Amino acid sequence: MAKGIRGGEAGRGWLFISPALVIIGLFLVLPILLAVWVSFSDWNGLGSPLSGNTSFVGTKNYEKLLVDPGLSQRDFGTSIRNNFYYVILVVPLQTALALFLAVQVNRRILKARGFFRTAFYFPSVTSSIAITGIFIFLFSASGAINALLGWLGINGPNWLADPRGIFHNFVELFGVHSAPTALAAGGPLGISWWEWLAGPSVAMCMLIVLAIFTTSGTFMLIFLAGLQSIGAEIDEAALMDGTGPFRKFFSITLPMLKPTLFTVITLGLIGTWQLFDQVYLTGGGAPGKTLLTPAYLSYETSFKGLNWGQGAAMAFLLFLLIVALTLLQRYILRDRHKGEKLDKEMQRQIALHASVTKGGTS
Amino acid sequence: MNTKKLGAGLAAVALVAGLAACSSGGTDTPGATTGQKLTMLIGSSGDAETSAVQAAADEWAKSSGNTVEVVAASDLTQQLSQGFAGGTPPDIFYMGWDQFGTYAQNKYLDPYAKDLSNAGDFYKSLKDTFTYKDTFTCAPKDFSTLGLIINTDMWKAAGLTDADIPTDWAGLESVAKKLTTDKVAGLSFGLEYARVGVFMSQAGGSLVSADGKTVTADTPENLAGLKEVQKLHDDGVLKFPSEINSGWSGEALGKGAAAMVIEGPWIKGIKGDFPDTHYQAVELPAGPGGQATFTFTNCWGIPTGAKTSAAAVDLVKFLTSDAQQLKFADAFGVIPSTESAAKEYATKYPENASFVKSNDYAVSPVNFAGSATVITDFNAQLATLIGGNAKAILASLQTTLQAALDEANSK
Repeated sequence: MAKGIRGGEAGRGWLFISPALVIIGLFLVLPILLAVWVSFSDWNGLGSPLSGNTSFVGTKNYEKLLVDPGLSQRDFGTSIRNNFYYVILVVPLQTALALFLAVQVNRRILKARGFFRTAFYFPSVTSSIAITGIFIFLFSASGAINALLGWLGINGPNWLADPRGIFHNFVELFGVHSAPTALAAGGPLGISWWEWLAGPSVAMCMLIVLAIFTTSGTFMLIFLAGLQSIGAEIDEAALMDGTGPFRKFFSITLPMLKPTLFTVITLGLIGTWQLFDQVYLTGGGAPGKTLLTPAYLSYETSFKGLNWGQGAAMAFLLFLLIVALTLLQRYILRDRHKGEKLDKEMQRQIALHASVTKGGTS
Repeated sequence: MNTKKLGAGLAAVALVAGLAACSSGGTDTPGATTGQKLTMLIGSSGDAETSAVQAAADEWAKSSGNTVEVVAASDLTQQLSQGFAGGTPPDIFYMGWDQFGTYAQNKYLDPYAKDLSNAGDFYKSLKDTFTYKDTFTCAPKDFSTLGLIINTDMWKAAGLTDADIPTDWAGLESVAKKLTTDKVAGLSFGLEYARVGVFMSQAGGSLVSADGKTVTADTPENLAGLKEVQKLHDDGVLKFPSEINSGWSGEALGKGAAAMVIEGPWIKGIKGDFPDTHYQAVELPAGPGGQATFTFTNCWGIPTGAKTSAAAVDLVKFLTSDAQQLKFADAFGVIPSTESAAKEYATKYPENASFVKSNDYAVSPVNFAGSATVITDFNAQLATLIGGNAKAILASLQTTLQAALDEANSK
């Protein structure tokens, strides 16, 4: 091996990054590997999972959640359903609201922009436990929200104690009170189709409003950064071409914000699938398990049921779900028309220009 | 090559460091009852309890030559799990009745109680709660039973006297009806197994057969219990706390939204928020199957295989002595777990005598390993009890509880 002036560089390189490697290995890679092992074992939380009293049980923990009919499977299915409705409502709404707020506070004519930016961002810096506490008061049976609804002549529900799904409530208006026979059975993960189609419960709606309220400020900030990187000359060009504000927003601003949009939706997806704090504070899934989420169920299975293998398996299934959905989202938001956008005339001119320059140099 | 070796070396170092962090330390002499440093983890109800327990522990520590550090947990179950998983469980801790089965099955607990010199003094129902596979495992530290708590001012205003105190379901229905007004619910309790289950027991039902092998949830007796709850609610005399805008029924009693509630001796905690509410505790009325109530209890848990266990057992002996238990009763109002001390407590605190008396026929709620998730599911299904199908709820409980029981018995 020839040792030139750059000999040993690689070794030193490893030396320099070794502190980071050790820290990541010790606090990230090692715990994850250990959790993988736990999810395939019958560890009961007594002493180290690598000690003798823990044995390999194959995919039993995963089977209990996905295949074997029983309470474990039903609980997991319920938690996935609850969280699914939460995600499907929170992510689009918080993204739209954040974008709307960002565009508003980015306008030059708006007075007191600093004030509004701070005001909208404020919920994000407050602890989620504190905000949840306030929401529990606001949404209590005789709380401010129901008082407000009362003025409008609406008899508000007992939000936090109402386990009825809103889709079920909706079809009840048309006289459907129980499951039609086609939906009464079947359904994946031990839950009937009727239950899958229940929609978020009234209680879950409170958490959805809460999430949109708290996180849209954070995402507003990200959108604001994206908006400010769009140069003023583009705005001016659009103005010269005579676009109205709506056309400008949908044809100029939104396409240019696509990378930001991707970031916001990805962060939103990951964050919402890990819903935990609010569930912990509102009584661990009550009412009627309609607030149960995979993250909380994993905690409860592990710490209270001492069924650590199943809890870890749940965490990994959640992880796979998030990865799959992120990939799907990436596929949907990919650049479909790369290269196609240039119209024929433009291509002809480029070709002409190229041939002229080529001809000039040869 | 070089880089691979280095990477492997780093991984090995990380692995060893990680494993070292998992193993527990401690060089105490095994079995010694003096010179030990004990940590006690308690789920405290407040400063009064924490300081009383610390004072008692200090007294024992002084006379026996040990030291005890009392730690009040913010989330007892979670902190215990963390301690056991990390190999550093507390040397002595509060063990709730609901978690006991799970802990005992997973061999977390040292079964020291069967050898205690005062093992015969405890209530039998409490010993049964903490018996796992025929072994009396840990010593009960106190207990609470459920009673009927009556707002005495409303009682008098409705023209009722001591002779009207209900002794059966019919009596309960009629006084609840008399106490119900536009603004006050006659009766209130949480819609959960820990309250509704009392009605099932009063109707003569149970959840597990005497031999502990078969689940007996789906029976006419249990159905009668649930039907009674439905009836009370349909009559408009029973309102659940969430319906009258209260967090729990004690709050409803305190602010005058309910005239009667089913709660335990902890009801005195409402004094801080509602000092002007006067109430009286009586025994629950009997159902068609006789008198029944639930007893809830904690024990002093000691981790299995701990080096300090001999000293910890000595401390438990001290803490469960009649004299010390009565001191705890004075300090924070718990009822002693030994029959003799409980009798003394009943004469000293006549307002709580009914709670002591009902322990003679009280049963412990189901608590075998793995039953907690089933009960959580049962509680969730109870939310549909009003206007729903009580039989279907019990049928579902029968299936899930039997599956859990079979699994628990197979281990």
